[in-house]
Amino acid sequence: VQISPGIAPSKKTICFACRDIPTFRKQISVVKKFQLGEFEEIVILTIAILHTNAYGVSIKKEIESRLSRKVSMGALHTALVRLENKGYVRSTDGEATQERAGRPKKYFQITALGQKAMAYTKETRDHLWKLIPKAVFDIKGTEK
Amino acid sequence: MKVEPPPIFARFFRWFAQPGLRDHIEGDLIEEYYERVRTCGKRAADWRFIIDVVLLFRPGIIRGFNLQENLNICRMHKSYWTIAWRNVRKNKGYALINVTGLAIGITVALFIGLWIYDEVSFNRYHKNYDTIAQVYACETNTTTGEIECAQNTQVPLGNTLRNNYPEYFEKVLASWWIGEFALSTPGKKFKRNGLFIEGGALEMLSLRMLKGSYESLQHPNSIVLSESTAKALFGRDDPINKTITLHGRMQARVTGVYEDIPLNSRFGELQFFAPFALWMSVNEWLHGREGDWDNRPFGYFIQLKPDVDIANVNAAIKGLYKSHVPSDFYTTVARFKPYPLLVPMSKWHLFSEFENGQPASGRITYVRIFAAVGIFVLLLACINFINLTTARSEKRSREVGVRKAIGAAKGQLVCQFMTESFVVIIISFTVSLLLLIFLRPIFNEVADKKINLPFSEISFWLSSFAFVLITTLLAGTYPAFFLSSFDALRVLKGKFTAARLSSLPRRIMVVVQFTVSVALAIGTLVVYQQIQHAQNRPVGYDRAGLLYMTLDQNYKGKVDKLRNELMRTNVLAATSTSFSPVTEIWNTTSGYDWAGKDPSLDANFAICNVSMDFGETVNWHILDGRDFSKQHATDSMDAIIINEAAARYMGMQEPVGKLLIDLDETGKKKWTRTIIGVVKDILMESPYSTVRPTLYFYNSNALNVLNMRIKPSVSVSHALSKIEDVVREVVPEAVFSYNFADDAYSKKFSQEKRIGKLSAIFAVLGMIICCLGLFGLASYVAEQRTKEIGIRKVIGASVFQLWKMLSLNFIQLVVISCAIAVPAAYFVMNGWLQRFEYRTTISIWLLVGACVSAGVVSLVTVSLQTARAARRNPVKSLRSE
Repeated sequence: VQISPGIAPSKKTICFACRDIPTFRKQISVVKKFQLGEFEEIVILTIAILHTNAYGVSIKKEIESRLSRKVSMGALHTALVRLENKGYVRSTDGEATQERAGRPKKYFQITALGQKAMAYTKETRDHLWKLIPKAVFDIKGTEK
Repeated sequence: MKVEPPPIFARFFRWFAQPGLRDHIEGDLIEEYYERVRTCGKRAADWRFIIDVVLLFRPGIIRGFNLQENLNICRMHKSYWTIAWRNVRKNKGYALINVTGLAIGITVALFIGLWIYDEVSFNRYHKNYDTIAQVYACETNTTTGEIECAQNTQVPLGNTLRNNYPEYFEKVLASWWIGEFALSTPGKKFKRNGLFIEGGALEMLSLRMLKGSYESLQHPNSIVLSESTAKALFGRDDPINKTITLHGRMQARVTGVYEDIPLNSRFGELQFFAPFALWMSVNEWLHGREGDWDNRPFGYFIQLKPDVDIANVNAAIKGLYKSHVPSDFYTTVARFKPYPLLVPMSKWHLFSEFENGQPASGRITYVRIFAAVGIFVLLLACINFINLTTARSEKRSREVGVRKAIGAAKGQLVCQFMTESFVVIIISFTVSLLLLIFLRPIFNEVADKKINLPFSEISFWLSSFAFVLITTLLAGTYPAFFLSSFDALRVLKGKFTAARLSSLPRRIMVVVQFTVSVALAIGTLVVYQQIQHAQNRPVGYDRAGLLYMTLDQNYKGKVDKLRNELMRTNVLAATSTSFSPVTEIWNTTSGYDWAGKDPSLDANFAICNVSMDFGETVNWHILDGRDFSKQHATDSMDAIIINEAAARYMGMQEPVGKLLIDLDETGKKKWTRTIIGVVKDILMESPYSTVRPTLYFYNSNALNVLNMRIKPSVSVSHALSKIEDVVREVVPEAVFSYNFADDAYSKKFSQEKRIGKLSAIFAVLGMIICCLGLFGLASYVAEQRTKEIGIRKVIGASVFQLWKMLSLNFIQLVVISCAIAVPAAYFVMNGWLQRFEYRTTISIWLLVGACVSAGVVSLVTVSLQTARAARRNPVKSLRSE
């Protein structure tokens, strides 16, 4: 049975092979803990920045130009798959253009869960920042 | 140049990526690729693309192993088996036809496989199979220019090989010819085949010694018996050290017992081995021949040293005669270009016939023919299966459509139909194993073999399994792909018809089937015609009531008395002695001269020394001149009778009274004899070859064979008992045994008769398979056209018209097959006939007969179905609509 790439999430229930059912199950179990890896965080932030124009190449370029670090296609897409599996982003198929030799773009959008996760991460970071005693920075400053 | 990403890596990516991710990631890759081509060139872009693809090869992107990872494969296979079994049970008739056809085909293939295995494994019992060889002496026939080889070799050859080429030979063993010898102990007497051979033979042949050792043949008065013979002679007693009288005049002590050699070995018929020295001790004429390069009384077996290539040895010893034969003798035979040739054990059986000095053909021809026949018969059975399955495809088309609509992939459907074929073939295979068990004795008798069923050997089961798989592929592949390729949409809409396209391959296959089986039938008939032709050949003497005894040394000095006593019993019309029986030639000689001889002629004459009454005993026909006679006292010194062939060969119009001169090697005259008569050709050798120029010398000392003719008025059994009484009385130490000329003559046909019988069986089975297939097809067509037939009948068609309409299609195919088979079979069989000098011509009636009988048989088969369909009541067939 072939699974056509363009099946919308709502139609998934009637798909015979139902290979996406485990995805839903995983999503439910992950909700309890918002977990974002370092690179995943960068990717989800970039998706947020790009807003409606977040797809593979644009995300990659954005990260490369803003953070001036090399991003491999493999790392990026693995992160995207993971984010989608966790339910933080969802994707919709976009247009197929000439320079992509007819292959569709896949646009990513942050879900409500994703927003919560981002907020949660930011909060924990901020919380941790706040807990750092002032002296730490002073010592470091004096040393330099 | 077109700029695109490295295709191998693009393909690789598409192969490993998850289907859900594949397209858009590929899009990303391509988009980046073209951008890089613009900014930093194609080379760099290619490299980056490759690196990207390699980095994408990581968990999360790579797909699972199977696209249907959630399907339960075991369940699916279980379902295949269930459906297959149900289909077999639902269509019992078709299943029966299929299973019968396939079972026959597989049984034939299995029997032929066993037969071929037996032939190919001939002599393999001996562990030194690869290093044993026999020495042949070859020389060029100066008349024909062909090289002729024979097993009998010169006596000094053995020592020459031993002493001058020790680096090649492990063993060089002189041996007498395998023959029947009398073994007697007090109270028991048997004739058994045995071999006199030098010590070391037991080890060379790697016999399994039950008693004694490989050294048991070293003492000149020893004998080593086979297990069965030891049992027959001594029962349960220990045979070791018992004394046996061999052939009435040699005393030997049993020193060993070996496990019987299986029959598919050159030495399988042997029941004992005795030392060569024992044979030498009682044959004075063999003594003192260590330097005699002229006569060739016996043979040599050799065993090569390991890692010696026989081709090298043959090349090395090619010049042996030139360098080791005394030059004054060599010059007299140099024009024959003699050389010795080692023939390896692997060629003894399958390549026993020599062609220009090389073992070229022999039973290998029959191995090849039967391998082809086996494959053809199996193919016929497979074609049946294919035809019936595809013909019935319409019945299955809806099932295929529904399965496809539910989501079955083509591969799964193929798998299902293959399973169905597999089930049918497994059933057929089981049936044919049973047939194998029941028919083995009959097959062994027809093929003159002792084939055992190797059910206990794993290799048999493994090869059987492979065989079943191959047959499944052969029979199942086409139907499986044909059925699973239906377009679901069209099939379910009901637009599917068993299209013309699908019936064409079927018709072609029926033509192939009938071509093969008509060709087989023609081949069989030609074999029979040739045998018949040779059997009806005039033999030049009278076989009825003619029998002969071979005389050994025990009869020495008693032959005249024996003949007198035999004649006094009044059951015999005539007796005579001769050098060889009338069905064989034991001596050929060249080097004769006569007035007006063409100097280029140098062929061998067949020689038979006979006593006075030989002509009367065998009833030969004197065409010119007279028979030997007591009235002419000079006959014993001077007379010679020749046959027609000799007269023709010598170019004599009036041979009677002409002189024949015998020359020795140096060309000096030895003696002269007068030709007193010409006899009609007597067929003494192969019934398929021309009669050789033969000279009959009068010689009352030719005492090898005693010929007797029973009076026509006396019954054979009565005569035999009388003869036996006399022989026992006159020569009590001899074993009484006799041969009828008739039996000896018909034995010459046994090989061809056996081949004829086997091919007849296969041809009949092939025809049965074809007819089964035709029967199935006809019944299917009749079933399909039930409504059409009904309507035609209502409109007014007669039963005959309907029958003609339905049958004609099939008969057409048979006619086409005959048109192909006749020239093909004629060509092949004509080639086969060329092997025989005395051969029949293939008659046109034989070809016509084969075709007509194929036509009649197939017409009857088809009519069984079509006539029934035509007679059916239209009310019944049309009622349902």
